[in-house]
Amino acid sequence: MRNPQLNKHGELQHLLTLDGLPREIINTILDTAAPFTEVAEREVKKLPLLRGKSVFNLFFENSTRTRTTFEIAAKRLSADVVNLNINTSSAAKGESLLDTVDNLCAMQADMFVVRHAASGAPMLIAQHLQATGREDIHVVNAGDGRHAHPTQGLLDMYTIRHFKKDFTNLTVAIVGDVLHSRVARSQIAALTTLGVPEVRVIGPRTLLPTAVETLGVRVFHDMQEGLKGVDVVMMLRLQNERMNGALLPTPQEYYKIWGLTADKLALARPDAIVMHPGPMNRGVEIDSAVADGAQAVILPQVTFGIAVRMAVMSMLGSN
Amino acid sequence: MKKILISNGRVVDPANRIDRVQAVYVAAGKVVALGAAPDGFEAECTIDAAGLVVAPGFIDLAARLREPGFEYRATLESEMDAAMAGGVTSLAIPPDTDPALDEPGLVEMLCYRAKKLNRAHVYPVGALTLGLKGERLSEMAELVEAGCVAFSQANVPVVDTTVLMRALQYAATFGFRVWLQPLAPFLSRGGHAHDGEVATRLGLAGIPVAAETVALYTYLELARITGARLHITRLSSAAGLALIEQARAEGMDVTCDVSINHVHLCDMDIGYFNANCHLIPPLRSQRDREALRRGLAEGRIDALCSDHTPVDDDGKQTPFAESEPGATGLELLLPLTLKWAERAGLSLSTGLARITSDAAKIVGITKAGHLSVGARADICVFDPAAYVTITRDNLRSQGKNTPFLGMELPGKVRYTLVEGQVMFEG
Repeated sequence: MRNPQLNKHGELQHLLTLDGLPREIINTILDTAAPFTEVAEREVKKLPLLRGKSVFNLFFENSTRTRTTFEIAAKRLSADVVNLNINTSSAAKGESLLDTVDNLCAMQADMFVVRHAASGAPMLIAQHLQATGREDIHVVNAGDGRHAHPTQGLLDMYTIRHFKKDFTNLTVAIVGDVLHSRVARSQIAALTTLGVPEVRVIGPRTLLPTAVETLGVRVFHDMQEGLKGVDVVMMLRLQNERMNGALLPTPQEYYKIWGLTADKLALARPDAIVMHPGPMNRGVEIDSAVADGAQAVILPQVTFGIAVRMAVMSMLGSN
Repeated sequence: MKKILISNGRVVDPANRIDRVQAVYVAAGKVVALGAAPDGFEAECTIDAAGLVVAPGFIDLAARLREPGFEYRATLESEMDAAMAGGVTSLAIPPDTDPALDEPGLVEMLCYRAKKLNRAHVYPVGALTLGLKGERLSEMAELVEAGCVAFSQANVPVVDTTVLMRALQYAATFGFRVWLQPLAPFLSRGGHAHDGEVATRLGLAGIPVAAETVALYTYLELARITGARLHITRLSSAAGLALIEQARAEGMDVTCDVSINHVHLCDMDIGYFNANCHLIPPLRSQRDREALRRGLAEGRIDALCSDHTPVDDDGKQTPFAESEPGATGLELLLPLTLKWAERAGLSLSTGLARITSDAAKIVGITKAGHLSVGARADICVFDPAAYVTITRDNLRSQGKNTPFLGMELPGKVRYTLVEGQVMFEG
């Protein structure tokens, strides 16, 4: 089976997942993003790369931050952007997902940026486009279920490369709710592809997926143990609905054991950076002193996010 | 009814341990002789089966015909056509129709409609509880009178174990067999794929093997206490099979089956979210599949079934987790049985036993599933060497969705006879 995100020349046709994406393509995206960070500092923040193209932000799940950064990125590339918030799952009947896509294709869409609560939804759209001979339309996954959030993973790699230069001598810890996290899956795929020798996941057994070690990570349940000597700490968001129930007893206990505090961070390397995909739950997964501290690179992540999304969209637009 | 001579075919009749080239004589809807013609037999129709296999028509332990209630997915007509094209002449029908098969009137109607179509024989499996809700017992005795051969909950587990125990006790009062799908309600809730490496990678909510084993512990223990005759449907895991074997070793009368999907596929086949691989129970690991294949080959799993579940395209053209589980299977039963048997190094006869004589025992069919003189002349004549490519166009079932689309599989059905009438010619 051909990797559905590459075209027959092996170029990026869609960006659906970082799992299985060749290292060269990831590096090309990061290299392409670098000059785009400067565009933001110009007086005229626009490039003509997607002029005349229509980008549809197709959000079946709520999101402000991701949608906004995609919108800014597309606009900086001079694309026309249409935002659609479809806050009903396609399972709740009404129009089916693919009917929605067909309708938007009829409006001459060039690119779909898709967020969906179900894992695999953007891939389904890409397969549908291919099956119906519309290979000139591109799909960017803006987060699907627990599966993937590739642009987040890429902006995280950009951030790490920016601060750490080289991936091949790093120890990276991902902390928290890996089970439900599409961000974690994309991060793990990218880190392992880029040659990070040790990727750790840290969390209670209830929040780590079955056989997580098969993704190429070392598993820690003890936060202190897991943070020892790491270069990068990547925190994950803990969703409210997971805090009280069968997965975790209380946010207080979670914070006490797995919340990132200055004490625990002190176990990492002194020059370790702290990342978070946002939005943060201060006092649950991360202490404010750390979130606002000197080692946090959480705001640069957001800035780099726009450049990385510009890179992805401009590459897709030219393939 | 015509007198039919099936000549020159390789007769494979597992029940009678027959595997040789000989003639089969059919009259008045029955097999009247093998080898030599009975006195005065004059064939009105001769089927030259040279190079072909002549076998008892197949018996499928799970064929959803989707009536009543899901006619947009399939109808009795379309699925009976599929059965005939697949050489399947007897169908056990799970009760998960809408309404469920929980009322004698519904069962009688189904049997009547099927009889009128005059194709495969149907053997309804009644709902164990009203509406499959797991609250009130169905009228089991009345349902058996109406034609039910056993009782089940299909894929809807009984949550209240007291109700389950009572249902088993009640069924045991009459000696009725209860067919249960081992699926613990809470452990399977919200899951869509085997809880393992693939689900973890794809971000699909998992159904752990424990959903099967925990249910089996419960069922086996309740069957032990109540004396119910238990048949376990659609095993999916090595651990589940081990529990059944253990119960048998302790002297318990329990049988089990597996679907064609689960002996050929595993969770890796989901690939990039292939919704055709969304099945209940979920496709499990390669290790589990190997155990099921071996178990079936060694007779530790009694029978193989199609678990025929036609799903319309709308039900599959959605993200994996939102798609309807199930796959069409009637026309794949023979090809996938042949493929499994060949890979397992079994004789044709042993392979076919799992979809003829062994399946007949579970349903309680005595007059079919074999080619003894006097048996109902339900016969499948097929070419074991011909390969067929499974495509949407050549499937007769209204459900075009199966994980095997595009594959070339052995076994082409040439003739299907039901009660001595040629119902399909291909």
